[in-house]
Formats: sequence, C-alpha cells, structure tokens
Amino acid sequence: MQRSNPVPAAPAEAGSPPLSAGNPSHLTAGGGPAAWLGILTHPLFLRLASIVTVMAAWEYAGRVPISPAFPTFLETMGALGGLIADGTLIEAFWITLQPLVIGLLASVTIGVAFGVTMGLNRLAEWLVSPIFIIAQSAPLAALIPILTFAYGIGLTSKVMTVCIMAMPVIVLNSLNAVRHTPVSLLEMGRSFLGSRRQIIWKVILPAAAPVIFAGLRLGCAAGFIGVILAELLITPTGIGDIITYNQSIAEYPKMYAAIFSIIVFSVLFIEALERLEVTMFRPEKRAAR
Amino acid sequence: MSAVAATVSASAAAMVRVDSLSKVYPGGVEALNSVSIDFPEGQLTTLLGPSGCGKTTLLKIIAGLLPASQGSVQVDGRPVTGPGPERAFVFQDFALMPWASVLRNVGFGLELRGVARSEREAVAEKYIIQVGLAGFEHAYPHELSGGMRQRVGLARALAVNAKVLLLDEPFSAVDEQTRRKFQEDLLQLVAQERKTFIFVTHSIEEAVYVSDRIVLLSRRPSRVSSIVEPAIPRDGGTEEIRRNPVYLDTVEEIWQSLRQYLD
Repeated sequence: MQRSNPVPAAPAEAGSPPLSAGNPSHLTAGGGPAAWLGILTHPLFLRLASIVTVMAAWEYAGRVPISPAFPTFLETMGALGGLIADGTLIEAFWITLQPLVIGLLASVTIGVAFGVTMGLNRLAEWLVSPIFIIAQSAPLAALIPILTFAYGIGLTSKVMTVCIMAMPVIVLNSLNAVRHTPVSLLEMGRSFLGSRRQIIWKVILPAAAPVIFAGLRLGCAAGFIGVILAELLITPTGIGDIITYNQSIAEYPKMYAAIFSIIVFSVLFIEALERLEVTMFRPEKRAAR
Repeated sequence: MSAVAATVSASAAAMVRVDSLSKVYPGGVEALNSVSIDFPEGQLTTLLGPSGCGKTTLLKIIAGLLPASQGSVQVDGRPVTGPGPERAFVFQDFALMPWASVLRNVGFGLELRGVARSEREAVAEKYIIQVGLAGFEHAYPHELSGGMRQRVGLARALAVNAKVLLLDEPFSAVDEQTRRKFQEDLLQLVAQERKTFIFVTHSIEEAVYVSDRIVLLSRRPSRVSSIVEPAIPRDGGTEEIRRNPVYLDTVEEIWQSLRQYLD
C-alpha cells in the first residue's frame, strides 16, 4: 500500500506513471536475447507479471484449498460474471455509490475549503485543526453506532460515515499544503505587486495543488472504506448486502466477487483522480511525458 | 523627516537612499544598526560583507518585503512602505513557479499588474531573447539548468521595466563557469540598461569584477564599514579586467579589511 502515509512530504512523485510510460522501442525491437531482456524489463510487462502472480497464487490457494470458505480465482470470476449478467452487481453499485458520491463530494469541497482557510489564517487553524487532528488519529469506525443512534439506519448515517473517514486527511493535507508554500514564491508574488487575492489564486493554490491532491486520493480511498464499513455495520445494502447475504448462505464465490469488484472500482477511481490532476493542474508533468 | 530635507542637495543623483536604518528581528536579533547608504542612479552598487551580516535583510527592506525597525528608505524621492513598481527583485533561489512555462514566469510581473496577455507575452518574449533563452519559451523550470533558471528570474525582473533592480546573491546557486558568464553578461546589462542595480554577494572577486561601488558591511549588527569604488576600466575584455592590477589590488584590499571580522 504505497498510499498509506497520511501526509506525504513529496507526493508529486508518489503516484505511479501510466502504463504507457517507458520506452516502447523495447517492444518493436527485433529478435535475439537483448530484445527478450527488453520485453522482460518493460514496465508494462512487470506490472502485468505482478498482477498475474497474485491471481495465480489466489487460484492455487483456492485449489489446495486453504479453507472451504475460500473460492479459487476462476470460481470468483465466474460468480462475478453471473452477478454482472443478472444485474445484481449493477444495482448494488447504484445503491452503494449514493452515500459514497454524496459523502465524497461533501468531504472534498468542505475539506479543501476548511484546510485552505486554516492554511491562510492562523486563528482559523487554532480554532478548527484540533478537531481534525483528533479525528485523524481516532478509530472512527467506533463512532458508527453513535451515528446510527443519531441519524438512524438510512442514507444520512452512511453519508456521515464516509465523511468522517474521508474528511480529516483531506483537511489536514490541504492545511499543510498551503502552509508550506515556498517563502520565496510568496515574496516573489509580493515584490511583483500581487494583491492578496492574486497571490492566493495564482501562487498559493497552484503551489499547494500536488499535496492537496495527494490528500484527495487518500481521502477518497478512506471514503471507500467508510461506505463498505457502513454497509456492513449499519444495515446491509448494496455491495455490503451481497457480501453479507452470500456469506450467510455460504455462496463464497459471490461474496468474494463483490469484494473483488469494489476493490477494482476503488483502484480505478483513485487512478482516474490522478489523471484528472495531471490533466487539469500539472502542465509541467504533462510536458515531462 | 527633517533629516531628509537637509541631505537632498548633497547627492541629487541618489536613486535609492537608505537613512539611519536599523532592523531588530522579533526575538531580539539585531541585524542592522543605523545604516546610511546612497545608491547612485545608473550604477551597480554591491553590498558585501561576512555571511550573516544582514546584506539580504537590507536588500529586502529596500524591496519593501521587510519592515524597518527604525530609519527610512527612499526610492526615487519617495519613502518605501512596501513593494513598488519602480523596484524589481531577483531571488537567490530563482523563485520560479514550477507549474508555469518560461513565457508565463517571465511575464508574471506584468500578469499581476493586469497587462493583457498578448501584450505581456510580447514583452516577455523580448526579454527571453535578451537573456539568451530564445527557443525555451514553452519549457518548464524543471527542464532548465540552474543558470538558465536564473536567467528566467532576471528576465522576469527586467520585463516590469523597473528603475531599480535588486539582486540577492543571484549567482550563488549556479556553478562556477556559468557564474563567470553571468558576471560578464551583468556588466553588459548595466552598460545597456540605464538602471540602478543593487547587488548582494559574498564573493569578493565577483563584487570587484561587476561593481561601480562596493559597500562593505561589518559583522552583525551591520554598519557600513567602508565604501570602495574600484577604478577599473570596463571597456577592455574580460581577461583584461581580471588581470588588471587595480582589480587584483582591490580584491586584496577588501580581503584585508574583511578578515578582521572572521574569527
């Protein structure tokens, strides 16, 4: 889990380059051992090899079997195909995505706004940051029963669960990003007569964007954890329902298929967020490719 | 303010006038102690002194980036209360925006002043060519060498057409060969542009090579220790200046007066 550090010091390089990176000439080179070495060390090949190895290990462990409740990879993929074909999975995602999307939108907008405000204003920081520092270190899943007590078992509680998981890291990363704007860039803005507003929009926010986005990636990943926790702990709905139900009737391939699908979805979502960052906010990274 | 009126006639050609300036940092560190210097118009004046002597502090007060504790600074007859359009700053660490192209970085001073895009890009283009970066308009800072980055910083300062250029150890982060080339280019720039340059360095050779006047500052809290005006003919080539006996003597003289501040 390369994204486990909550406040990365140098997040700009933390993300992995896209699969198309690297030298494509390896693939077009002619025969001979050198060409084979080129293919074997190509980033795309190595990434595929890593995935295939895990899947093969899964298949082997399922065939041993290490537990009667552990299906093989192929059984799981078969169950996944079935869930997609009969529409169960699509429906489940539709239900799960509601609290997730609402919670993430709220966390991202409120979180970035709070973090940036605190980064620009010491008084706001002293007033607000202790809440988020505590929230980040506390085991927030323990609050879920209280949320259920306060907001019932409906959508609200699930949205709140996503928010308490996602928001602290987004707020604290935004705060740190703004606070660590290089002093010389701030002096440059002032000496070339930038107004406070211009300096915030043209210097501070672009300089903070990489760390803010690192926080968004971590926050969104935490939001995925939050929504699944909510669906397992509050009331089983959506993906959580498929997992709980199929566990209870010992349909393990379907249970694992649901888990697999939400993991894949989460990874693709975070990757898309990174693409969005580079396309919209990082012209220098685009130029480097 | 009455002291200003008394000294106006004494040197009418002073573009920047620093008058009994003191700076005490919060926490009690005394950086400057009653410093008074006149910087003549159209000349390059260097602030030279032992490291940590407050050269950069003085430059940033002139730039309006730091408030003075006591005393005053006047630029072109007006007291300094903050940054102004008649001054432009060149930063030791370049202070370029990594997300912006060379063209946008150079035009950024104009962008902040609300100059229209086509106009500021035309001006930026002109100065990019002047500092020798033609062809790099659309490159990003991380694609440039240290020396090229500082050329971007210099072009940005030139583009706002300020009367006073403030250079804070601009060559200290570039390698020795690039540095020498820079010093030569700086001499040319001073001759070409009718601007007042205030230059901070800790290199004695560099100061003697590029300066019309050198202000030697003492150790903290800084005072003006002495003022040297190297009388070296600038019309000869680079090699002539560096081998000129006056150049060598001035370097030695300054070293002798600065070594007392070293332990």
